[in-house]
Amino acid sequence: MTTASRVGIPALQDGSGDLSPGRKDVLDLDDFSRYEIETVLGNATAMREVLSRSIRKVPALRGRTVITLFHEPSTRTRVSFEQAGKVLSADVINVTSSGSSASKGESLYNTALTLQAMNADIIVMRHPHSGAPHFLSRHLDACVINAGDGAHAHPSQALLDMYTIRESLGGIEGRKVAIVGDILYSRVGRSNLWGLVTMGAEVTLCAPPTLIPPDLLRPLPEGHPFGSVRISHRVEEAIEGAHVVMALRLQLERQRSGHLPSIREYARRFCITPRRLGLAAPEAVVMHPGPINEGIEIDPDVAHGVRSMIDRQVTNGVAVRMALLYGVVTRPREGSA
Amino acid sequence: MPETYERTVLGAEEVRRALTRIGHEILERNRGADQVILVGLHTRGVPIAERLSGLIESFEGIRPPVGRLDIGLYRDDLAGRPKPLVRPTEIPEPIEGKVIVLCDDVLYTGRSIRAAMDALMDFGRARLIQLAVLVDRGHRELPIRADYVGKNLPSSRREAVAVRLAETDGGDGVTLVSEAPPAGGGPK
Repeated sequence: MTTASRVGIPALQDGSGDLSPGRKDVLDLDDFSRYEIETVLGNATAMREVLSRSIRKVPALRGRTVITLFHEPSTRTRVSFEQAGKVLSADVINVTSSGSSASKGESLYNTALTLQAMNADIIVMRHPHSGAPHFLSRHLDACVINAGDGAHAHPSQALLDMYTIRESLGGIEGRKVAIVGDILYSRVGRSNLWGLVTMGAEVTLCAPPTLIPPDLLRPLPEGHPFGSVRISHRVEEAIEGAHVVMALRLQLERQRSGHLPSIREYARRFCITPRRLGLAAPEAVVMHPGPINEGIEIDPDVAHGVRSMIDRQVTNGVAVRMALLYGVVTRPREGSA
Repeated sequence: MPETYERTVLGAEEVRRALTRIGHEILERNRGADQVILVGLHTRGVPIAERLSGLIESFEGIRPPVGRLDIGLYRDDLAGRPKPLVRPTEIPEPIEGKVIVLCDDVLYTGRSIRAAMDALMDFGRARLIQLAVLVDRGHRELPIRADYVGKNLPSSRREAVAVRLAETDGGDGVTLVSEAPPAGGGPK
């Protein structure tokens, strides 16, 4: 506590770096205010500077333990969180679980108790079942960061996408963002939708009707946060005039599950091609959360073209995850004064 | 919120004179400014460093480069206090062999300066690190002292020193803010 706040003097500090006061976990962006998102993006700017130094190490999380608990395959997200923790001097332990035979509720609960016993400060978690991190967060004192749960949420990906949009276009508010692809099953799309709407972007979702959440196809009640979101089933219409074209990964098993007649037909109608990208705004950027199915949701010439932000997204991902780890560590450790 | 009393310690003119004197002292101590880099601590150390750079240029014709340092990631009290927004650190040129003058508004416990020195070390090995502050209010918790002081201001831990600068707060001045009425009564 500074003396100033003790005697009730208006704080002279400009801008707080704290997330909202009651926040322990980062589970989704549906409970993030605009101010809180701006705090994360602001801190991430400083983290980018740390990543550009010749010595990429700062002591902010020295003596803290970050455990990554991944129940699903992942390269970039897990490595990104691991690197973020290491640059901040945290001890990072990676736990991967091959599919357990125990019922999912029980196994997760036991895992939670084990991690608790290991004195983890932050658990970064990926799980195939939606809501698994929420369950874990209720049983742990540690901060839980959701690194992707089922088809539900992937907040750190959405935050790094918004950071990349802000960095390349100078802002998010009023920018036209077309999200193209498997909206129904995409946790990336869903978290981006919450974040972008909160930040005042104009979002258009584009997919075949079978891959749009049915709720969004019906008229939304008055004042619904997604009231301003447009839905389109024609990619040309969605891309026209867009400042950001965000392609989502098409899970190849969607054809087997009956959502698509064929992958080829999807590619023919929805693939982001150079010709289609020509309809976007002149300064438009292209994003993709990876891993890419080249030639299905995005043409290789677009994915590796000058407008592609895909590599930038990966670099920014480390900075944004540093900002998240830094943001959730607020409470004093047990045993400290 | 308890009632607070504010007493002006330095007016705008006095701030200007103090910085002018510090500018001369930096030149005198370092026999010129050609090896000097001024590094301000966010937030109010940055305009102080910029002003000193401008003053030194007006005295000597050499404008020392100005850097800015954020110590948020180097604090020893991350948990248990509000975290300020971390802002990018900018060191304009290699600090190897240079004289770094850290600039801050208030020197108090010394912990910010400890963190700033740690941060600076990550950028290389400076030949010398010096410290310039507008106000030294005492109550050190670490063996740290300033090389250049605008004003020594004995204060109680219960008081707060508020530095305002035109760049960040719309005007220059230093006030001492306290909860209890100042000695000898006070405005009521």
